Amino acid sequence: MSLLDKFASLRAAYDGLESSRANPFNVAFDRVLSPTEAKIGDRDILLLGTNNYLGLTYDPAVIARAVEAIETFGSGTTGSRIANGSYDGHMRLERALADFYGRRHAMVFSTGYQANVGMLSALAGKNDHLLLDADCHASIYDGARLGHAQVTRFRHNDPDDLAIRLRRLGDTQGDKIIVVEGIYSMLGDSAPLREFAAVKREWGAYLVVDEAHSLGVLGETGRGLAEAAGVEDDVDFIVGTFSKSLGGVGGFCVSDLDGFDILRVVSRPYMFTASLPPSVVAAALEALRQLRARPVLRKRLMDNARRYYDGLAELGFDLGPEPNPVVSAIMPDPESAFAFWSRLLDAGLYTNVSLPPATPKGLALLRSSVSAAHTPSQIDHALSLFAEVGRSMGLIAPARLALRAAG
Amino acid sequence: MNTSIGDIRQIVFDTLRPSLQRPVPLSDATNIVNDLGLDSVAMMDFVMEIENRLDISVPLDRIAEIESLGDLVRTLRELKGVP
Ligand SMILES: Cc1ncc(COP(=O)(O)O)c(C=O)c1O
Repeated sequence: MSLLDKFASLRAAYDGLESSRANPFNVAFDRVLSPTEAKIGDRDILLLGTNNYLGLTYDPAVIARAVEAIETFGSGTTGSRIANGSYDGHMRLERALADFYGRRHAMVFSTGYQANVGMLSALAGKNDHLLLDADCHASIYDGARLGHAQVTRFRHNDPDDLAIRLRRLGDTQGDKIIVVEGIYSMLGDSAPLREFAAVKREWGAYLVVDEAHSLGVLGETGRGLAEAAGVEDDVDFIVGTFSKSLGGVGGFCVSDLDGFDILRVVSRPYMFTASLPPSVVAAALEALRQLRARPVLRKRLMDNARRYYDGLAELGFDLGPEPNPVVSAIMPDPESAFAFWSRLLDAGLYTNVSLPPATPKGLALLRSSVSAAHTPSQIDHALSLFAEVGRSMGLIAPARLALRAAG
Repeated sequence: MNTSIGDIRQIVFDTLRPSLQRPVPLSDATNIVNDLGLDSVAMMDFVMEIENRLDISVPLDRIAEIESLGDLVRTLRELKGVP
């Protein structure tokens, strides 16, 4: 008997993938050349599974600010902001975020994961109620578990089901806090936020929106789904991450709630972990500045997303419901997802495999994420590889049939 | 409408059957993870199907404690207030 025996069936599945030499959960790039290109050994790989939505990871100004910061302030802060002090960059980044969202308060966390865990565990007390969308990210569920509130799950993107659950709570004491996401990371669908906002108002609840995948992607100025849906006033807390469109690492929450700052000495995932290093903070600040100053990045991103989504749809792939930068092809089963994924990688295209329980409804997904940095010809190349592999696996119609169907 | 414990058990079994990959005999002793092969999310999805039929919400910490169908029936009964 070993301590790890409880993982025996997972172990067997994982070892099976390893021995097939096509394990999507254990990929290493030997070099990364740009937001869209890497090398494995001496093979060129086109990156289409990164969340690098605005393609800012190699931006010269982002890199320059990070280098200046590391030279001026050193490599790390060696402690938490509460115990060991904040640096100038932390404060400036928080002011920049508050200014961007037009809110009074901002708090920076060391990851997006910690932002969710830190906010939800602190906001919802023992007698409060958290209502989570069924498809919310693991960090939201973990945040709910770290706190002491009662947690219920409502049907994905279903404001009526949310309302039913609020009705069932009746006049049970305690605050009600609803959590949804801007764009869902698995199928790329967005929340019906206007309808959720209406339910929130009707029942006097609070609303938290995690814009992890929609910051810099949706909205007139890139603030996310709340901006795009015109309901920012109804959203009490916006949570987000620097790890996707901003190309770094770190998380945040912004709000207008009076007394927000007390959370700094309440939220354990904020207090009991080291703060972001100066270089990371400086890079995030510059990336945020670029997100605001270069709306063309958002336009390029959405043009690429539509080109890619429409291309896959035309080929006959079964996709998520909306053309967003997360584009997932629904595979018949995990084995097909692994096979498809590994043939794409052999042909030099990197995508992601997503499996239950991380995916909704037990789906096996071959997930792509499009970047503003992709050229149209890179997108077309990816589409032709999908066509080739999809046809040879019998997952989509042969070329001529597909053409006739499209015409 | 009065719901009895027998009704709750029937609703649980009826909801479960169509979603099983292969027919499995169902009883209070059936282990949801080992016998039915449901993962954590599939389990929550399954409970969600039943919640609306009984017009109750099952908090996630209660779902986490459930191992067998009998545990589930007991939890639903408590939440529904069935004697
Ligand atoms: C919806 C959502 N929230 C939060 C996170 C966590 O963000 P991070 O990876 O920056 O910690 C992710 C992604 O990982 C996510 O998809």
